[in-house]
Amino acid sequence: MIIILNIISIVLILTGLVFFFGSVVGVVRFPDFYTRMHAAGKGDTLSSLLVIMGFAVYHLGQIHWSHFVWADLLVVVKLLAICAFIMLTSPTATHALMDAGYEDGIEPLVRKKGNALEDKK
Amino acid sequence: MGYRVFIFVLLMITWVLLSGQFDAFHLTLGLISCALVTWMSADLLFREREDPVLQRVQEGWGVAWYFGWMLWQILLANVAMLKLSLSPTALQQVNPSIVHFKTKLKSDFAKFLLANSITLTPGTVTIKISGDDFYVHAINDEAAAGLDGEMERRIASIYRCEGAARRELVNASVKGNGNGRGEG
Repeated sequence: MIIILNIISIVLILTGLVFFFGSVVGVVRFPDFYTRMHAAGKGDTLSSLLVIMGFAVYHLGQIHWSHFVWADLLVVVKLLAICAFIMLTSPTATHALMDAGYEDGIEPLVRKKGNALEDKK
Repeated sequence: MGYRVFIFVLLMITWVLLSGQFDAFHLTLGLISCALVTWMSADLLFREREDPVLQRVQEGWGVAWYFGWMLWQILLANVAMLKLSLSPTALQQVNPSIVHFKTKLKSDFAKFLLANSITLTPGTVTIKISGDDFYVHAINDEAAAGLDGEMERRIASIYRCEGAARRELVNASVKGNGNGRGEG
């Protein structure tokens, strides 16, 4: 039973790391502030959720059911509460950063159709 | 007074649930801090206290559905972002544009809902809202084509139902006790 829970948690955390990796690669590769914010703001939502859910599942496996105390289960509940807060705050934080950049006068890179991005370099 | 007692009990239940320890020391700490928070900021938790309980339950149910839908959208947006950033032709696919449109939604909450929904849809992020004007950054043409106003229509229909229900309830309370607040 514990082995199954551990495997699930490992899979969740590794999937989260893959999404984190994609987000980092996006931040490095994308051409301007706004497109980078797409990668940084969206990519880290699901990855944080997956990693924290992985922690919750791992902790579920650590509970000793023979002498059970509520505090053990509460750790899982608190981790899930963190997930809910991240879901709410992450899009809002992305929006706040985009708005701050716009207010600060950062010119967005806008291309016409068919115009290759290589012109920029 | 009754409202403050209600807030205090609510905070105390949260404290006990989150601390998970039932000895005298921790419960006393909880009593002190809950009393302090109730004294200082009980007004902040519920703004419109006249709303009936049934409406609150309905709103809570709606928020729960919104959370579920949001989780699905987060999944889609992240998978799209992963594909885009790891694809070898990412720089050719990135074709950013800023889309401007006017919304017909009136209330702040409906606008907030629309902005958050746009941010969660793959490839689009809301940059700015000023009055009725929305400025949305789309990462490529495909994402920009997704902003066809279908989402706005859906939110408008939800909001119209909610607004109508609220008006009805306010009218009922005005008729019922004669001193209900009219602003709704």
